[in-house]
Amino acid sequence: MMNTARTIPFDAQAEQPWVLPNRGTVGMVCLIVAEAAIFMIFFVSYIFYLGKSLTGPYPAQVLELPIFGTVCLLSSSFTVHLAVSALRKSKLRNCTIGLAFTVLLGSLFLLGTAHEWYHLIRDDGLTIRTNLFGTTFYSLVGLHATHVLVGLIMLSIALAVSLGGRIKEAHTERLEVLSLYWHFVDAIWVAVFLVVYVLGR
Amino acid sequence: MTDITPVMEGIDESLAVKRPGFEVIYEWVTTVDHKKIGLMYISYALIFLVIGGFEALLMRIQLAVPNNHFVSPQVFNRLFTMHGTTMVFFMGMPMLFGFANYLVPLMIGARDMAFPRLNAFSFWISAFGGLLLYFSYFGGSGLYGAGSAPDVGWFAYAPLTAKAFSPGHSTDYWTLAVFLSGIGSIGTALNVVTTIICMRCKGMKMTRLPLLVWLYLVMCSMVFIAVGPLTAAQIMLTLDRYVGSHFFDTQAGGSAVLWMHYFWIFGHPEVYILVLPAFAFVNEIVPVFSRKAIFGYPAMVAASIAIGFISLSVWAHHMFTVGLGPAGNTFFVFATMVISVPTGIKIFNWLATIWGGSIHFAVPMMFCVGFLFQFLIAGLTGIMLSAAPFDWQLSASYFVVAHFHYVLVGAIVFALFGAFYYWYPKVTGRMMSETLGKWHFWLFLIGFHLTFDFMHVPGLLGMPRRIYTYEAGRGWEMWNLIVSIGAIFQVAGIAFFVFNLVRSYFCGKIAGHDPWDAWTLEWATSSPPPSYNFAIEPAVHSRRPLWDIKHPEDPDSDYE
Repeated sequence: MMNTARTIPFDAQAEQPWVLPNRGTVGMVCLIVAEAAIFMIFFVSYIFYLGKSLTGPYPAQVLELPIFGTVCLLSSSFTVHLAVSALRKSKLRNCTIGLAFTVLLGSLFLLGTAHEWYHLIRDDGLTIRTNLFGTTFYSLVGLHATHVLVGLIMLSIALAVSLGGRIKEAHTERLEVLSLYWHFVDAIWVAVFLVVYVLGR
Repeated sequence: MTDITPVMEGIDESLAVKRPGFEVIYEWVTTVDHKKIGLMYISYALIFLVIGGFEALLMRIQLAVPNNHFVSPQVFNRLFTMHGTTMVFFMGMPMLFGFANYLVPLMIGARDMAFPRLNAFSFWISAFGGLLLYFSYFGGSGLYGAGSAPDVGWFAYAPLTAKAFSPGHSTDYWTLAVFLSGIGSIGTALNVVTTIICMRCKGMKMTRLPLLVWLYLVMCSMVFIAVGPLTAAQIMLTLDRYVGSHFFDTQAGGSAVLWMHYFWIFGHPEVYILVLPAFAFVNEIVPVFSRKAIFGYPAMVAASIAIGFISLSVWAHHMFTVGLGPAGNTFFVFATMVISVPTGIKIFNWLATIWGGSIHFAVPMMFCVGFLFQFLIAGLTGIMLSAAPFDWQLSASYFVVAHFHYVLVGAIVFALFGAFYYWYPKVTGRMMSETLGKWHFWLFLIGFHLTFDFMHVPGLLGMPRRIYTYEAGRGWEMWNLIVSIGAIFQVAGIAFFVFNLVRSYFCGKIAGHDPWDAWTLEWATSSPPPSYNFAIEPAVHSRRPLWDIKHPEDPDSDYE
């Protein structure tokens, strides 16, 4: 008679510990790869259409280096890292402080973008309909700002939980996954800065 | 079957209890169980297979004779657009993700996917995309008129998609549908990759993964890189149509060729995304019915990864007629030809697996042999088309249509049917009828060859694709008639298949756990598997865990 597999062998004696990667981290890395592909297409469009606008205003006339926003966003990557490592060591108060600074710095960055756009739209008359520069500029920077906004919402939830005193060391991995996303948003900004504000001008 | 261990009998789920219908529906709608979601994916895809097939049939009726007026040119444009979009985004992708959902956790000894709720979300967002696409038939022109479906072709070249040339909302439905399907695909792909990396049972090292799981890993990684650009391009198109941006607006300096690039950066890897799961099914079916372990496991894995990488750099062979310049042409001709090397490795490995085996020609194996033969032919016409000068002559002709249907139907759909016959006993606990299966196979095989073998000829004679009719006296009439007659055979084959699916569910032979005497973990649990898959988490010691159990005197683990 055929020996059907009604028994699955399972080892009574454990040989080596069977360790697999954290699924949150792997999932986030996958998301980052997919997102990077999306951003890549917007970058390609921006670079491809550089200098192809038929009418003004052109980047060199209206764009200014967003130094303040860049400093804010890059340092927020540092503060979120501090928050994660504080949580790992169960220093809950430091974690809350780190998260609060991250949210603050991220919000400052968004305010900077809002100010820049207000200026561009009101004073320079550049909208997404004006020319190819407007089209590619607002879509690329806007896509990035959307990601900052999403990250800020998630960080604010983490901050609220933390202020409510309900965050524990056991949540380290989750916060780390969130911080991965935030680092990615930061890295994209570095690329945006280089392409739009340095190369593009 | 005396050695009862608590593997399956651990928890009594009392499935026999009759419940009111709405409770059953509620359970399916709210489920996060990977098997139920997988089945919903598959049934949803089957519905779209029938719809898309019906559209193809209408087109074949229209083209069967010259100067036909069965459908109007406008309707014909909608038919080929909807046929292509449906078959790729709402039949192909959901069908393959359905199999991934059902099989991957079972094969790696896991109880569910890594993110069950994301899984449900991805399914429902894709399903919603499909509904949105077909809603365009009712709402395509807003409240005016009777509505219309998208008619811009499945790759929707700019500037045809601009507001000026595609007024109304049908193109917007197309964009949104494809966008949502993309979100769902990325979600599921993310889930499958994470499941494969993080949810393997004890002892299931990467080098012991069943090849199906390996191929899905490669396929889903490609989804990130390929579907991302499509999603980005759909965002741009929506911005162009609604906000008035100029990405693809040639009047404002925008580029129509850029859309072609974006679409095919998605479009060509997509072909491999669709065909890798077909390879995956064949990888599982061929060894079991040849009674041999797969030949060249490491080479198969390496070839799959190589296909994944190379397929990302071949997209512009869809654009030779655009005029890429000598450097571009040379690169894409070369890259396209190189991809036939890993695919060739796979074909040789399958042949070597069959070689010397004691072959058992059950229906799944028959479909796999059909797959092998037809995939080879499809690859050969692919190499012909990859040569730029040849492509200049035949681009956008029926030769191209015949070529890619040879891949999509001759290879992918055949492997898919094989997979249905192979895993149906696991899903339902009952065998599909072999007799009806053989009718299905032969009718579909004859229909397939009548349609797609003879479709090459009008292409060589210069018949362009997407024309709604043609004049008599060009030498195309007889070929088109044969092609249309083949479609009837295919419909008959599909009818046998659907009948077999339904009939076997009620009166098929009881299958038991392991009707094919197979070797992978899904056959270790009961049919259908309980919601927890395995009462005790299995541990594996080789690539063929069930072989080890059935042959304790000569386990595979001795040789690894």
